[in-house]
Amino acid sequence: MTPANEMELKFDSRSANEGFARVAVAAFMTQLNPTVEEVADVKTAVSEAVTNVIIHGYEKEVRKVYIKCMIEENIFTVEVCDQGKGIENIEEAMCPMYTTRPDQDRSGMGFAFMEAFMDSVEVESELGKGTRVRMKKAVGKGRDIWTTQSL
Amino acid sequence: MEYQVQENCLTIYLPAEVDHHNAEEMKRKADKLIDRNHIKYVIFDFENTDFMDSSGIGVIMGRYKTISLIGGEVWAVHTNARIRKILTLSGVTKIMQIYEEEEE
Repeated sequence: MTPANEMELKFDSRSANEGFARVAVAAFMTQLNPTVEEVADVKTAVSEAVTNVIIHGYEKEVRKVYIKCMIEENIFTVEVCDQGKGIENIEEAMCPMYTTRPDQDRSGMGFAFMEAFMDSVEVESELGKGTRVRMKKAVGKGRDIWTTQSL
Repeated sequence: MEYQVQENCLTIYLPAEVDHHNAEEMKRKADKLIDRNHIKYVIFDFENTDFMDSSGIGVIMGRYKTISLIGGEVWAVHTNARIRKILTLSGVTKIMQIYEEEEE
């Protein structure tokens, strides 16, 4: 069993940092030798979570976004946290098409995308304290047949 | 991002990455052009795009809401497999036509 590998990021909740966040996470993930598809899935999920923090968690106020990534065997875990306003009803918030901001052309698909592209999505939130979104994905599924074959 | 108006048709040449950061500006500019030029058709050109999240879906849905009132349509062209997956998954394909080119 290889030991777990971790990294953490902390950055301002400015929309300009969304690109940085997903690229940084994708770069850390490359050591798992993911497919292009798997990298794209994780980038989309991270982008959704960070956008949620900026728009909803901090309501466009500039504060800090925290990302923690962990690699354990072939499981990639990414946590996106904020110390913002929190989610009142998590179940409702995760419902596809649900949005508190229809006026801003938000599609309400953020959590639905995270769930579609990752194997699991867990949300913990406390009003006035913040939110933590933990997502996991097994990377390199179905590739072990030829990656473990000795020549 | 580039915008092209031909008669009542607006083509938006999307950037490499469509996220919340550049979606805001795109919405503002597109709405201004739609309003000024009596646009009925909006074409989203994904030629140079390889990343899009749900913010991009919001841009498409918002423009559809505006132009569907006058019987307009939204189209997607030059979509790669990833973009088509995002569009399909979001359900936006129900309101948007995807122009499929012949594979060369």
